[in-house]
This record gives sequence, C-alpha cells and structure tokens, in this order.
Amino acid sequence: MIRAVLAAVVFGLLALAVSAQVETEKVPIPLDAAQDARFHALLPDLRCLVCQNESLADSTAPLAQDLKYEVRGLVAQGKSDAEIKKYLTDRYGDFVLFKPPFDARTALLWLGPFLLALIGVIVLMVHVRRSHRTKRVTVPADAAALRKLLDEQP
Amino acid sequence: MRFAIPLIVLVGLLVLFVVGLQHDPRELPSPLIGKSAPGFELPVLPFPKTAEPPLRLTAADLKGKPLLVNFFASWCAGCQVEHPFLMQLAQGGKVQIVGVDYKDAEADVRAWLGQKGNPYAPILSDLDGRVGIDWGVYGVPETFVLDADGVIVYKHIGAMTEEAWETKIKPLLGGAS
Repeated sequence: MIRAVLAAVVFGLLALAVSAQVETEKVPIPLDAAQDARFHALLPDLRCLVCQNESLADSTAPLAQDLKYEVRGLVAQGKSDAEIKKYLTDRYGDFVLFKPPFDARTALLWLGPFLLALIGVIVLMVHVRRSHRTKRVTVPADAAALRKLLDEQP
Repeated sequence: MRFAIPLIVLVGLLVLFVVGLQHDPRELPSPLIGKSAPGFELPVLPFPKTAEPPLRLTAADLKGKPLLVNFFASWCAGCQVEHPFLMQLAQGGKVQIVGVDYKDAEADVRAWLGQKGNPYAPILSDLDGRVGIDWGVYGVPETFVLDADGVIVYKHIGAMTEEAWETKIKPLLGGAS
C-alpha cells in the first residue's frame, strides 16, 4: 500500500518535471521523398546523448527531439550526410556517432581485435610447432627393445 | 611458472577494469575545449523584472575576463543541488557566472530565483535550446569555464561542487579568484 502511494507520488513528480520543461511547439520541416528517406537512414547512426544506448531514431528524450529537428532542417537545406555528422560531432564529439571514425585516436579501437587475433594465431603456431618438434617414436612391441629405447632417452 | 602468463593477463585485465570503472560514461568530453565559445545572440532576462526592452548579448560580450557560463533550468534537479554553491561563489565575488536558462518558462525561473536568490549576472534566455545545441549541452546543469579571450578552457558536467571548483576550475582562472 505504502509502496503504491510512493510509486504514485514519484510518477506524479516525474510527470510534473517533464511537463515543466517548456516544449516550444515545432512544426516539422517538410521534406521530399528522397530527403525523407535520407533523414530516416541517418537517424539510426546517431546516438541520443541522454539515453546513450538509443539512437535518435528510437529516442523520445527532449534533446533527441531537438536534434532530430536540427538534422531534419539540415537535410532540407541539402547538406550531405558527412556535413550533418560533422555538425553533430563539432558540438558533441565522436560519441554522437555509433560508428566512430578511423583516425589516430581510434586506431587501437578499430585494429585492436585484429591485433589480438594475430597474437592468438602466433601463440597457436608457436605452440603447434613446438609440439611437432618433440620426437615421435613408435612403441616397440617386445620388452627388450622398449627398455633400450627408454635408456636412450635423456 | 605455468600460471605466470595467465596471471599477468588477469592482473592486466583487472587494472583495465578498475580504470574503466572510474570513468562515468555520462560525462562526455566536449570537443569545444580550447575553442572560442560558439556564437550566439540571446535576450537578457532582466532580474528583477524591468520595464525596459530586453538587451541582447552575443558571444563577443563574454570576452574581457574569465567567467563561468552555467546552463540551468528551474525544472532541473541538478540545478537545485548546485544552486547554494553557485550563490556562495557569486556572493563571495569569486567569479562572474553567466546563466543560460535552458528551455524554461520565464515565470518559472523568476519564481525559482526569486525564492532562492540569483547567482547569475546576467541571465540569458535560451527558450528553444538552440544555443544549448551549439554549445553541445546534453543535460543541464553544465558549466563552461571561459578565459578572458572567450575561449572555453573547461567544461563541468552535472551539478557544480566545491571539489570541482577547488581542484579543476579555480586553478584555471588563475588570478581571477
């Protein structure tokens, strides 16, 4: 009972907090079919900074709505995908992109897995080669020959 | 000896984990550090209310001395938390704090600051959050530290604390404090 009341109070406060945030009503900028397709293709690559693991396409956070509106405007202005991504990374950094660019800072991130795989292959090869190098002998059937073979071994 | 290599790998991983866990994934590094503050033109919210038409300020008006630019809103929880400390900074004459009221209603912010006190000089009003986007704001409160040339030298994400002020910001302001 107390828990239900608490939950109701918390939800009420949350609703209040959300409603208190002023939403200036924005009319979506009209896009033609090709622009609209590009707009919707772009959104899944862009991260919502508030929810972090959601894309702008999925997020309903106020900032995500604002950024969608900005991106829409940029698409309508005829900006290229690269220009729009630059607009966002200039403000929010590479984190806004789900796929970080390849450069000196991210080289380890991109190449790291291949590097680790390479190390694994080298370790495996060394290991295999070493096990090959140990002498293989067929075990003789009679006891005298076996004795002799064992005595030869260091 | 057999376990030496796996042990080294394990310890290495543990060190990486410990270091990784110290990072708050909510704190994103700003690409604006070391650059001039993004351009803007915003109306000043006169506090207390005056009959005069509101002034408008631009990024150029922030030059001249080091200051803090604090994005806040009356609806934001973190802003309630940092408010007493900002008051302390402002009243102690430690630094000028320019407030940018982010996606807020004028009546709400007036009521809030009227009740709790106003640490900002001046308050700028970013009603639709457009300037917030240009500054890379993704969640109020966020505080930018500007040097005398209007260059952003540091960004503090979340509520301002005495620790952040003493250890990060005050040393950057140099003689200003």
